[in-house]
Amino acid sequence: MNFEEVVQQEKKEYDLLFSEKNAVLIGSATCGNSAGAQIAKKAIESEMENSEHVVEIIEVGCIGLCYAEPIIMVSKPQKPAVIYGNVTKKVAREIAKSHLINDIPLPEYALGSWGEGYIDGITPLLEQKSMKMQERRILRNCGFIDPTNMGHYLAQGGYAGFMSALEMDSSEIIEEMKKAGVRGRGGAGFPTWMKWQFCIDSDQETNYLVCNADEGDPGAFMNRSLLESDPHSVLEGILIAAKAIGAEKAYIYCRAEYPLALERLKIAISQMTMRGFLGENIQGSGFNLEIIIKEGAGAFVCGEETALMASIEGKRGTPRTRPPFPTTEGLFGKPTVINNVETMASAAFIMQKGADKYSELGTTESKGTKTFCLVGQVKNTGLIEVPLGTTLKEVIFDIGGGIIDDGEFKAVQIGGPSGGCIPAQHIDTSIDYSSLIGVGAMMGSGGLVVMDQSTCMVEVARYFLEFIQRESCGKCVPCRLGTKQMLDILTDMTTGKGSEEDLKLLPDLAQAIKKGSLCALGQSSPNPILTTTRFFMDEYEAHIKDGVCPALDCKDFIEYTIDAEICDGCMVCLKSCPVSAITGSKDEIHVIEVETCVKCGTCLDLCKRKKNAVKLVDAK
Amino acid sequence: MQDLDKILSNYKGEKSDLIPLLQDIQSEYGYLSEELMREVSKFTGVPESEIYGVATFYTQFRFNPKGKKHIAVCSGTACHVTGAQQIIEGMERHLDIKDGETTPDGEYSLESVGCLGCCALAPAAMVDDEIKSKLSLRSIKKLFRGYNPEKPSK
Ligand SMILES: Cc1cc2nc3c(=O)[nH]c(=O)nc-3n(C[C@H](O)[C@H](O)[C@H](O)COP(=O)(O)O)c2cc1C
Ligand code: FES
Repeated sequence: MNFEEVVQQEKKEYDLLFSEKNAVLIGSATCGNSAGAQIAKKAIESEMENSEHVVEIIEVGCIGLCYAEPIIMVSKPQKPAVIYGNVTKKVAREIAKSHLINDIPLPEYALGSWGEGYIDGITPLLEQKSMKMQERRILRNCGFIDPTNMGHYLAQGGYAGFMSALEMDSSEIIEEMKKAGVRGRGGAGFPTWMKWQFCIDSDQETNYLVCNADEGDPGAFMNRSLLESDPHSVLEGILIAAKAIGAEKAYIYCRAEYPLALERLKIAISQMTMRGFLGENIQGSGFNLEIIIKEGAGAFVCGEETALMASIEGKRGTPRTRPPFPTTEGLFGKPTVINNVETMASAAFIMQKGADKYSELGTTESKGTKTFCLVGQVKNTGLIEVPLGTTLKEVIFDIGGGIIDDGEFKAVQIGGPSGGCIPAQHIDTSIDYSSLIGVGAMMGSGGLVVMDQSTCMVEVARYFLEFIQRESCGKCVPCRLGTKQMLDILTDMTTGKGSEEDLKLLPDLAQAIKKGSLCALGQSSPNPILTTTRFFMDEYEAHIKDGVCPALDCKDFIEYTIDAEICDGCMVCLKSCPVSAITGSKDEIHVIEVETCVKCGTCLDLCKRKKNAVKLVDAK
Repeated sequence: MQDLDKILSNYKGEKSDLIPLLQDIQSEYGYLSEELMREVSKFTGVPESEIYGVATFYTQFRFNPKGKKHIAVCSGTACHVTGAQQIIEGMERHLDIKDGETTPDGEYSLESVGCLGCCALAPAAMVDDEIKSKLSLRSIKKLFRGYNPEKPSK
């Protein structure tokens, strides 16, 4: 069978799933599994065992609505499918009995319907605000195909992009990337076509390709989710890039903290090999490629390209100065292109659907879509994809549904440790490369951590400095010692020992470290301080001058008390206090002894759902 | 050292094998002992000091044994703003050990780690190979139900 025939057959089979079968798709990426996807799966299996109905149960990736995990999709022949959320064991059983066996969907558990037509009481997912604003292109298959079945990817038009690339020469492929205007999704946003061109221009015999799946930014999991949900889209991109730069060896550097992504990648690679998409003479074209997976070993700085290469070579992952850039002198001294996971998937999209399709969305200088992880104090946490140029407000309020517990929006952190915190007055900022820099942040890889009034911005800065200081590889002095100095100053501030002199010292220190550090980790290490002092100076001053933490977040500035008007003496907090700091007896108002209390928060956590009598107050 | 020979036989002994080799050894033995690193040095020809230098650079490598159950609590940004600090302190109290330690009976080891990639359901922790999400002080109580660390006299 030739490629077209294989695709036709896979398409037919995939379509049968929805047109003629009873199918259940279970979201079993890391988020789904951690929320109980396997429990839901077992519940449905055991329920169906006792019925004469045949149902096909398929584990798929993540559709991005992580807040509602476990999520399952139930499809009956010729009807729109229903996507259910928060599917506990009990709910799974109900769904099996009612929807699968008796053909009665259950709107009370539904997040939305999918496909043509309507079901009473269930709004189609795509007509809902949170989905309408999105353009799922890179994530188009996530949650709808079995990531361990290459046939499903082929059925969605997969590998057609690579097949056309096989017919093109390097310059034609690069021209297509240039026309699309795609910029690297790993953080810095360097034009992808240019990187590929530089590599070819270096004119050496051996070139390497590296796919950066290190994803060290805390609060970001776009790459994990994509690798777990649609690994072939990344692998197709790798094939295309390797073809363009003439590489015969490609490495995927994936962090060890992502065991499921690694497993699914390995499965996908073996399927590619079996179907003749890897190895020698791929699809009879004469093009050869080997893909090697390297597991990271837990060092954030190894996401930086020169450190990453050192790590692949078996060394300590310390960055080196550039130039020479990897495209002239990279892995094992050879010209090397390093691209992020999402950049690779974009290449596959561009070659499948065309550069014009890709660039129809976005702004003039920031083309296409970008995936973001929406996390923190926002209602609808998850993985989203929007055209560049969408505003932060639209993302947080329309897609994210606003702040949890109807709290107040304070700031959103974008760009990871090197990025910045954007406050409420700039929430209308457009998400594109230059607008974000304009407000002191940067695009970064796609983490969006939303913070409400309970987050202290001085503490956030301290947190990031602690992170950077720990991850500093120690090779250059400004970063090694400077980050420690900045951390010490911030720690003083958050523990009531800050001084006004320190506050004045910070900008000088920041400048010196920015100028003197060897790699972007050190150069951007003052950013958490620069952006928080820019927008939240009042909080710094409150800590230093007034000795208060306005967010009631920093432990040394707060106390726990029990509101005597509300407490009904239920004994719950009293019994669970780990240090027996609460006195009182049944039906009598409880009191927290300040001297004994370790401020662990157990009492507040327990009472919040009952009476809400435990309060945080300013220690003064 | 039969198991070790088996692991070594999968490699050519090139320098770029070093990290994967150490990873395999750690997943077999739980940690890297001095003796094991010496064997790796012999096999690869890389000096012991350099192997130690590489191994200590990466947070994945351990030089003492883990507990029977290993708990890695996420300290990433999303988890941090949703209360990871309270969670790790809560676990420290339950187990009567500090971050990075193992209980004297060898049952549990505790460690705070970088982002686990489960940020949408923060705070999260990895218990052995399983990710637990949306942790609260109440849910960690359940995690350790029935376990009572023999508290050393203070
Ligand atoms: C400290 C540091 C950490 C980085 N971590 C990552 C990462 O986890 N993933 C990534 O793709 N790029 C990361 N980068 C950027 C890479 O150096 C590199 O620019 C990128 O992989 C290029 O891919 P792109 O052109 O497709 O964006 C990091 C950079 C620095 C300075
Ligand atoms: S920040 Fe904790 S899992 Fe990502």
